[in-house]
Amino acid sequence: MVEVAGETAVVNGVPGPAYDEPPIIEVRDLSIAYRGKPALSDVTLDIHRHEIFGIIGPANSGKTSFLRALNRMDAFNTAMEVSGSIRINGKNINDWRNEYALRSRIGVVFPLPVGLPLTVYENVAFSPRLRGIRKRAELDEVVERCLTRAALWDEVKDRLDSLGSLLSGGQQQRLTIARALSQEPELLLLDEFSIAVDPVTTMRIEDVLKELRSELTIVLVTNLVQQARRLADRTAFFLMGELVEIGATEDLFEGDVKDKRTTGYIEGRFG
Amino acid sequence: MFTATPLNRRSYRNQSLAKAVFFLMTVVLVIPVLLIVGTLVVKGAPAISWEFLFTAPTDNMTAGGIFPALVGTIWLVVVALLASVPVGVAAALYLSEYAPDNLLTRTINLAIINLAGVPSIVHALFGFGAFVLFFRMGQSILAASLTLAVMTLPVVIVATRESLQAVPQAFREACWNMGATRWQTIRKVVLPNSISGILTGVILEVSRTAGETAPIMFTGATAFVAFLPEGVLDQTMAMSYHLYYIATQATNVPEELTFGVALVLIAIVLMMNAVSIGFRVYLRGLKKW
Ligand SMILES: Nc1ncnc2c1ncn2[C@@H]1O[C@H](COP(=O)(O)OP(=O)(O)OP(=O)(O)O)[C@@H](O)[C@H]1O
Ligand SMILES: [Mg+2]
Repeated sequence: MVEVAGETAVVNGVPGPAYDEPPIIEVRDLSIAYRGKPALSDVTLDIHRHEIFGIIGPANSGKTSFLRALNRMDAFNTAMEVSGSIRINGKNINDWRNEYALRSRIGVVFPLPVGLPLTVYENVAFSPRLRGIRKRAELDEVVERCLTRAALWDEVKDRLDSLGSLLSGGQQQRLTIARALSQEPELLLLDEFSIAVDPVTTMRIEDVLKELRSELTIVLVTNLVQQARRLADRTAFFLMGELVEIGATEDLFEGDVKDKRTTGYIEGRFG
Repeated sequence: MFTATPLNRRSYRNQSLAKAVFFLMTVVLVIPVLLIVGTLVVKGAPAISWEFLFTAPTDNMTAGGIFPALVGTIWLVVVALLASVPVGVAAALYLSEYAPDNLLTRTINLAIINLAGVPSIVHALFGFGAFVLFFRMGQSILAASLTLAVMTLPVVIVATRESLQAVPQAFREACWNMGATRWQTIRKVVLPNSISGILTGVILEVSRTAGETAPIMFTGATAFVAFLPEGVLDQTMAMSYHLYYIATQATNVPEELTFGVALVLIAIVLMMNAVSIGFRVYLRGLKKW
């Protein structure tokens, strides 16, 4: 039912999305409302393993709400109502009695970074500690690897013991990226991850994301359509709570669209 | 360009006026406090001595010291604390961190706030009926302390819940998003950042306990015992009840003795408040955001 864009290609030595395997995420008739006010309606889509799946669309189109539903964050907010079904690895996410185990496999990064009131080191070691890693050497290794991948290590390696909340805005955002990576997630949900990060650093993180694709699946919500073009294998266009279309990113950007509104948005004619 | 418009000037005048009014109200508030403390110090200070603090009353309470009452008050406060803090903090944790936000929870929260407004004499009668008579504790430190504990419980819960809710929700969600359970989140992020508020709130409430008379009057306090309590089933003297007794029941008590007792009682309360404020300042310094 969802178009498969091309064959499983190898890009720069990194294997591409596994379109021939069963999808990692299957979303069926997903609708989201806040106190009865609809934010997203009837979304059906599949996301494949090792895919970077882009989501673009103007403000208010339900992109963030979609990510929240994937991580079962409706449990944090009584106003948020989710209907339809989401299956991850073939299992409906509401069938996980232990929702904590589900969330520990999913890394999320939201646009407003929240540095936990802990040191830089402890922010990144938090999730490994939850997994039961106790040995200092092992923790050191995870912390360094994740901070490096988030392009933050060089800036904080001498102040790992200072508070995470004292970092600059862009640094805090990269800290939350490092924290999400420290979960060793199978699925990474990024919501405008580079909103406070400078362009050069953003490129470094984007390179890391391309490499990470061999290990995990990424859902990337972005307001920068060019970022979607650079990173995403396929891209979905959301508009006013509706999924307008999904296509191979290159096709969409080259004007090969089913709905004229997609091109309109990509070319900046509205939004 | 940079000149004040009439509107600017009016706003400025209004703001000066508001400030003056608020300052005046603060003065009105502070004056009675100063008067009370001043009177107590002037009239009570001559009575204070080591002997006054560390000997028992003599001659039908008209002479001697306050030692048994002082010790009794410490007993009452400590036992009340041991009973109310674990229960109150646990209940507050449940209500703030676990309970779903529904009608039942909101009703319970409302009930707790109302409970905090119940007059202490009502608690006294409840304690007498429940602890002294029904549970057969008799008039004892235990019964009196439990009555005090029941009375302070709502305030302990409210103070704890407020401290917990001062921790930003975003911190909790960040932890949950990493797969931390509620309890892991409480232990690693919520409690470390609210413990200062909880402790100071609790200490403030306890200091209030030290001054209460009605709840202990029928449940465990007695006008005079020559010996110090040895266990929670003994009756005891207490500062607040002692003050009430020598001020209204005993005859021929010298005025300076009464004021001396009042001065010591208020000093205990102020000392506890000072400790609590010092604690708060210290823990503020450790705060992480
Ligand atoms: N916590 C909430 N409570 C109530 N309504 C909400 C909440 N979060 C989102 N909404 C509503 O849901 C709709 C979709 O919001 P959402 O955040 O999903 O949009 P978005 O596509 O991520 O927008 P943006 O690009 O600005 O981030 C909006 O109308 C918004 O008002
Ligand atoms: Mg959003």
